[in-house]
Amino acid sequence: MSLERSDVDKIAQLARLEIAENDVPEVARNLSNILDLVAQMDSVNTDDVEPMAHPLEMAQRLRDDVVTEKDRRDQFQTVAPQVENGLYLVPKVIE
Amino acid sequence: MQNKTIAELSQSLQQGEFSSEELTRAYLDRIDKLDAQVNSYITVTADGALAAARAADEQRQAGQAGPLTGIPLAQKDIFCTEGVKTSCGSKMLDNFISPYDATVISKFKQAGAVMLGKTNMDEFAMGSSNETSFYGAVKNPWDLDAVPGGSSGGSAAVVAARLAPAATGTDTGGSIRQPAALCGITGLKPTYGRVSRYGMIAFASSLDQAGPMARTAEDCALMMNVMAGFDEKDSTSVDQAVPDYTTSLNDSIAGLKIGLPKEYFSEGLDNDVATAIEVAIAEYKKLGAEVVEISLPNTGLSVPAYYVVAPAECSSNLSRFDGVRFGHRCENPKDLTDLYKRSRGEGFGAEVKRRIMIGTYALSAGYYDAYYLKAQKVRQLISQDFKRAFEQVDVIIGPATPTVAFNLGEKTDDPVTMYLSDAYTIATNLAGLPGMSVPAGFVGKRPVGLQIIGNYFDEARLLNVAHQYQQTTDWHAQAPEAFK
Repeated sequence: MSLERSDVDKIAQLARLEIAENDVPEVARNLSNILDLVAQMDSVNTDDVEPMAHPLEMAQRLRDDVVTEKDRRDQFQTVAPQVENGLYLVPKVIE
Repeated sequence: MQNKTIAELSQSLQQGEFSSEELTRAYLDRIDKLDAQVNSYITVTADGALAAARAADEQRQAGQAGPLTGIPLAQKDIFCTEGVKTSCGSKMLDNFISPYDATVISKFKQAGAVMLGKTNMDEFAMGSSNETSFYGAVKNPWDLDAVPGGSSGGSAAVVAARLAPAATGTDTGGSIRQPAALCGITGLKPTYGRVSRYGMIAFASSLDQAGPMARTAEDCALMMNVMAGFDEKDSTSVDQAVPDYTTSLNDSIAGLKIGLPKEYFSEGLDNDVATAIEVAIAEYKKLGAEVVEISLPNTGLSVPAYYVVAPAECSSNLSRFDGVRFGHRCENPKDLTDLYKRSRGEGFGAEVKRRIMIGTYALSAGYYDAYYLKAQKVRQLISQDFKRAFEQVDVIIGPATPTVAFNLGEKTDDPVTMYLSDAYTIATNLAGLPGMSVPAGFVGKRPVGLQIIGNYFDEARLLNVAHQYQQTTDWHAQAPEAFK
């Protein structure tokens, strides 16, 4: 498996990650090597195998639909980069 | 004082040999003098520790002390700690003061334990050498040219260097057992779901599990008595009774059936490590255990499957770091996409970006079946290997790692080689089983770890099997020359 520069750009865009132009060849090489490692899975036939999503066979627990958390917005917003009137600020999205 | 175990310290505190405040000061002094050599702490919480120690001393005076009251501990910097920086080893969270405590942290607080500080770790727990930390690599106290292992490298190093009696770790693919092995300490990764993941910064949610890292199995048992248990704040926490892990430590292991997986003793295993493990197995035979060879035929597929499952889950979990609500934000973003891309590009290190990208690729349109679904099927095969093995044997024993600690810088340029250093630990996480690493000798100056894997929720047996070994060997009691 060999990833091209364009593949790296596409993955970086999907992952919302800026990758410096100079780093792209090395990133492509490393990701390709990892995908080669991963491709070893193809050595085993898994046609009739049930996929395993979770280590323990358990059902998702349900709870009553009631509010249990206290309102701690002010406290949580003390660690935010930019807030105003209880809102998180980001660059303008809609012109 | 610094060579005492938790069990011994607890007794000394109870007998009034010294107070928790004196003990805590002694550890803070050692950290001050010695930590520069190993870089094992990201944050030292001296004032909070002394306040907690004084409170613990008062509790003891009032006759309300438990086994961990006044015992100093170090916490891996992956656990959220209210009012204290929680960085997860990343520039992304360098400015993050957690507004709440992880359940593990609350439980230790309730038990009266004293937090000395937060330990260094691979960034977001992604690494096997502690070299991906934003705060610099940790050095192995046994040999300062060697890595301590990772991702809980700081926790392993503080215990080995006597900069805390014990610490917490987390293990997604070996991150408790591999550094425990490389630093010559005792570490336990419990069954998936045994210890709450609430407030433990998520890497791969179907694999992550917290556990104790200490000198002895007995100390791990004392910590598990506090850490384990159901938590309604963690949707995958298991509601099952927690035994007192100390009561079965002294049970005889005569007649115990031990399986040796032949795949853990084949190509790739260093000869000197193999010899040390054989000596440990002989010790178990002397203790009356019965040893049989078993096979875990899909072992070789565990690293490949892991490097789909873990990155896929990490790419999803780490999408929360977006520069909006907490964490690093880039300067002067020109639009929202630029804000996301640059905040994440600047905040994450190279290994974290690699894993996010692998996961994103594996989950992207057209590739899901070939990668993620395939990996989940291989995961099933690996899990079935263990199910069959545990029909024959009580525990599985082998090396924790293929080699002893490697040199700092030796594997940083080659991610795939680094990944293979977890070849014997990853399968346990994929299956969700508990596993331990116990000190079992040295190659030169560098420690060897013996791995013990158990069936689901069989932590008490693992601790018993480890404790019995530690009654007839003294590898776990040895200290690195420079930190005695």
